[in-house]
Amino acid sequence: MASLSVPASSSRGMRRPSALTGFWSWFTTVDHKKIGLMYGFSSFFFFVVGGIEALLIRAQLAQPDGTILNADQYNQIFTMHGLTMVFLFVMPMSAAFFNYMIPLMIGARDVAFPRINAFSFWAFIMGGLFLYSSFFLGGAPNGGWFGYAPNSTTDPTIGMTFYALGLLITGIASTAGAVNLAVTIINMRAPGMSLFRTPVFIWMGLVVQFLLAFSLPIITVALFQLLFDRRWDTAFYDPTRGGDPVLWQHLFWLFGHPEVYILILPSFGIISEIIPVFSRKPLFGYQFVVFSGIAIGFIGFGVWAHHMFAVGLGPVANTAFGLSTAIIAIPTGVKIFNWMGTMYKGDLWFATPMLYSVGAVAMFVIGGLSGVTHAIVPSDYQQTDTYYIVAHFHYVLFGGAIFGLFSGMYFWWPKIFGRQLNEKAGKWQFWVQILGFNLAFGPMHILGLQGMIRREYTYPASLGLTFWNQISTAGAYLIALSVLMFIINVIRTQRRPKGLANEDPWDARTIEWMTSCPPPVHNFDEIPTIHSLDEFWHRKYVEDHKTGTLVPVQAGAAPEHDEGRPTGGHAIHLPSPSFWPLVAAIGLPIIGYGVLYSWWLVGIGAFVMLVGFYGWALEPSVAEG
Amino acid sequence: MRNKALSVLGLLALMLVLAACAPNATQSSLDPAGPTAQAEKDLFVPVFWTAVAVFVIVEGGIVLIAVKYRRKKGRDRMPPQMHGNTRLEIGWTILPAVVLAVVMVPTVGLIWDLARAPAPDALHVTVKGYQWWWGYQYTDQDMVTSADKPLEVADVLVIPEDREVYLSLESDGGLIVNDDPYKTDYQVIHSFWAPRLFGKQDVVPGRTNHILFSADEPGVYTGQCAEFCGLEHARMKFRIEVLSAADWAAWVANEKLGGADSADALAAKGQELFMNPLSDGRGSCTACHAIGGTDAGAIAGPNLTHFAADTHSCFAGCNWETSDIEALKAWLRDPEAVKLGAKMPNYQLTDDEIDALVAYLYTLK
Repeated sequence: MASLSVPASSSRGMRRPSALTGFWSWFTTVDHKKIGLMYGFSSFFFFVVGGIEALLIRAQLAQPDGTILNADQYNQIFTMHGLTMVFLFVMPMSAAFFNYMIPLMIGARDVAFPRINAFSFWAFIMGGLFLYSSFFLGGAPNGGWFGYAPNSTTDPTIGMTFYALGLLITGIASTAGAVNLAVTIINMRAPGMSLFRTPVFIWMGLVVQFLLAFSLPIITVALFQLLFDRRWDTAFYDPTRGGDPVLWQHLFWLFGHPEVYILILPSFGIISEIIPVFSRKPLFGYQFVVFSGIAIGFIGFGVWAHHMFAVGLGPVANTAFGLSTAIIAIPTGVKIFNWMGTMYKGDLWFATPMLYSVGAVAMFVIGGLSGVTHAIVPSDYQQTDTYYIVAHFHYVLFGGAIFGLFSGMYFWWPKIFGRQLNEKAGKWQFWVQILGFNLAFGPMHILGLQGMIRREYTYPASLGLTFWNQISTAGAYLIALSVLMFIINVIRTQRRPKGLANEDPWDARTIEWMTSCPPPVHNFDEIPTIHSLDEFWHRKYVEDHKTGTLVPVQAGAAPEHDEGRPTGGHAIHLPSPSFWPLVAAIGLPIIGYGVLYSWWLVGIGAFVMLVGFYGWALEPSVAEG
Repeated sequence: MRNKALSVLGLLALMLVLAACAPNATQSSLDPAGPTAQAEKDLFVPVFWTAVAVFVIVEGGIVLIAVKYRRKKGRDRMPPQMHGNTRLEIGWTILPAVVLAVVMVPTVGLIWDLARAPAPDALHVTVKGYQWWWGYQYTDQDMVTSADKPLEVADVLVIPEDREVYLSLESDGGLIVNDDPYKTDYQVIHSFWAPRLFGKQDVVPGRTNHILFSADEPGVYTGQCAEFCGLEHARMKFRIEVLSAADWAAWVANEKLGGADSADALAAKGQELFMNPLSDGRGSCTACHAIGGTDAGAIAGPNLTHFAADTHSCFAGCNWETSDIEALKAWLRDPEAVKLGAKMPNYQLTDDEIDALVAYLYTLK
């Protein structure tokens, strides 16, 4: 990368920015840590926005015949809630963890392609802002995150065109990021770190990047066809002109089901790091967890039609996909036992990260069990498209994924910011959140079985659904309270001076804790050489393999203990900042608006992108001076 | 911490118990009223209890481990290091696989059973989904009007008890094409679902899906569109009225009759308004609606031949009772004011015109 030095004379007068601090450095940074932070804060912002949308939904449904939103507003709000939480929160928040942690956990100085990394981030931001600009330009997407044709192709408002274009832009961001991170994991591990010495979080990261790389092209095709149907009157999904609306469903879910694992596996990775640390035991069955993660990656592409049991694919297809759905429950389920096995006989320290990890496991069990009932095809005829499904995937994606992400935030906060979030406030947040979560989503199982359909802006009192809806709304506002507690905790923590009494506050196992908190810009002064899984742990403790007992290494007995700690790192060469990725990314939404409004804008957007890529290709490899 | 964990679990358990006895849920899939819904419930319930058992074992295990091995103050323990146990791990892979395999056997059986061909004496009905109401056409040879057209009704599907019904589902929108795109009835995917009688099947443009079911007892069962189909998806409802054999015969006989001219003066005025273009070029009811035995024969909107029959208890996507005269007037005055995006135009009807039309509609028994 940066060592491929281009002579300054070939730069044609172009200079790279050199500032590593200050306001503008955030726009030119290619540092994986800064990009990770920007991913984290921007996706958390979208989490709050999507949460407010959820609160509007719950306010509307707190009463039968609710009048807070009308049908049109409600359809936009529930669509944007789904899109926001999936594409603008959980995916980029996972990207935040991957960006920040993967290089630190594998002993690399940055990701493989730092400027592509910056481009991924800016493209994600542009996609998110583009989607949300629809609220001011004629109405947000209103056909659900699943955008079923022909409703999505025929809807007369502009929203679903924004949907197609916005998801194409965020898809570009995710694809570029996926390739980048996969290459990073495969090629840039520290000396001695074979794949089977990488943390499970890295493994899950690798599986997720491959899932993204293989599933995003499918939704890209589907979105282009949707866009062409809407904008240029093609007939991919129009049955009256030889198209097939079910084609959209196959393409969408062939992406959409791997997407579920894209959302949940990062959390599994985080949990698999945190439970061993707080149990003071290695992960029970490391290989088993890794291979089941890989198995999920493969089988995840073979279960998509379980979203379509009521479409009328016929008994052969329904049987096949019922069976494959039952099969994927196995590798997903066995991890639970591995995590329990890790905790068994451990020295369990229920700090906030551990509470959230165990909470995520406990809640995911419920989501997994309700998931198995979807494989029971005839009972799924009753449950699909009802609140039973809404309950199920919130247990998986909120209980499993978001609890895991909060776990990771509490765990790595000292690593990232050099300050520890308040533990007492964190525990309060956890208990309020898990209570609110179960009150909000538990009753939805019952509502669905009692005949409450999804995506309805109102229901009559005569269906007898009012009571559980009110409980659910109360729970949703408790969740909001818990998120507010988190924000307050963060603000209060960041106001305190930096500094940890102990830079290894959790007695951690993996090498990101071998460098300072926060890490220096070059991560490690000297890249540590890896001798085993849980390298850092084994530098602190010696394990008697016969008895399985653990003895702390005597002080001074292990000279390499401090190998990774910074001493200045003056000779380390890092990629220089660049503003071209931002320029290239700005071209994307301009092209998007052009498709909506004018070919001229498409030309301008394409020109901006081209300028961005041109500058990117030709700028000197390092900042001068 | 233990108390809190237990209280959360206790709350969950309490919720499930309460759920089992919710007497006011009138559209519950857990309260089946026919063999199809019953078979679906009978499959779900044992799976549910199996899941409850797994839930108790796993969550109980997590809580027990969490409580027993939690770090206690003043104790710095180095736990034994266990890296894994291959036999144990293979065991807990095979065990759920076996449980799932057992569960899948009746599942596959019922998938195929529900896809079976209908009995020879089954009642055949074509169900059509529009934005946002349901229409039904009886397709058996003996189910025709005196003018030899198939019987058609809207909103409420009427069937006899204890007879197999074979539904063919078609998305039949696209019949109202308007310059205003918001007033066009698009052909989109719907899903036909009456939880107490049968699980849902989608109504997909270009395809014909089927539902096979029957109802055990006379009564009225509610249902609604379950696949998001645009603006008023929430209010695309229907009812299925199940009649005893005698009532069914009488109903069929009445349905075969067309509408009769009314002796009532107000109703006669309403009929005239209905059958002829409205003044000042405001439009015409017969552009979309049909009334058997008259010249009105359009098929884009609900068939109104027996609008006021006892069995047609609700109208306009089953959001209002037909007997609710104020609701009917409000609907005629401005459909979009009460149902956003309704495809029925606002013809700027005067109060007198509305009174007359309502009087006429109420004669259509």
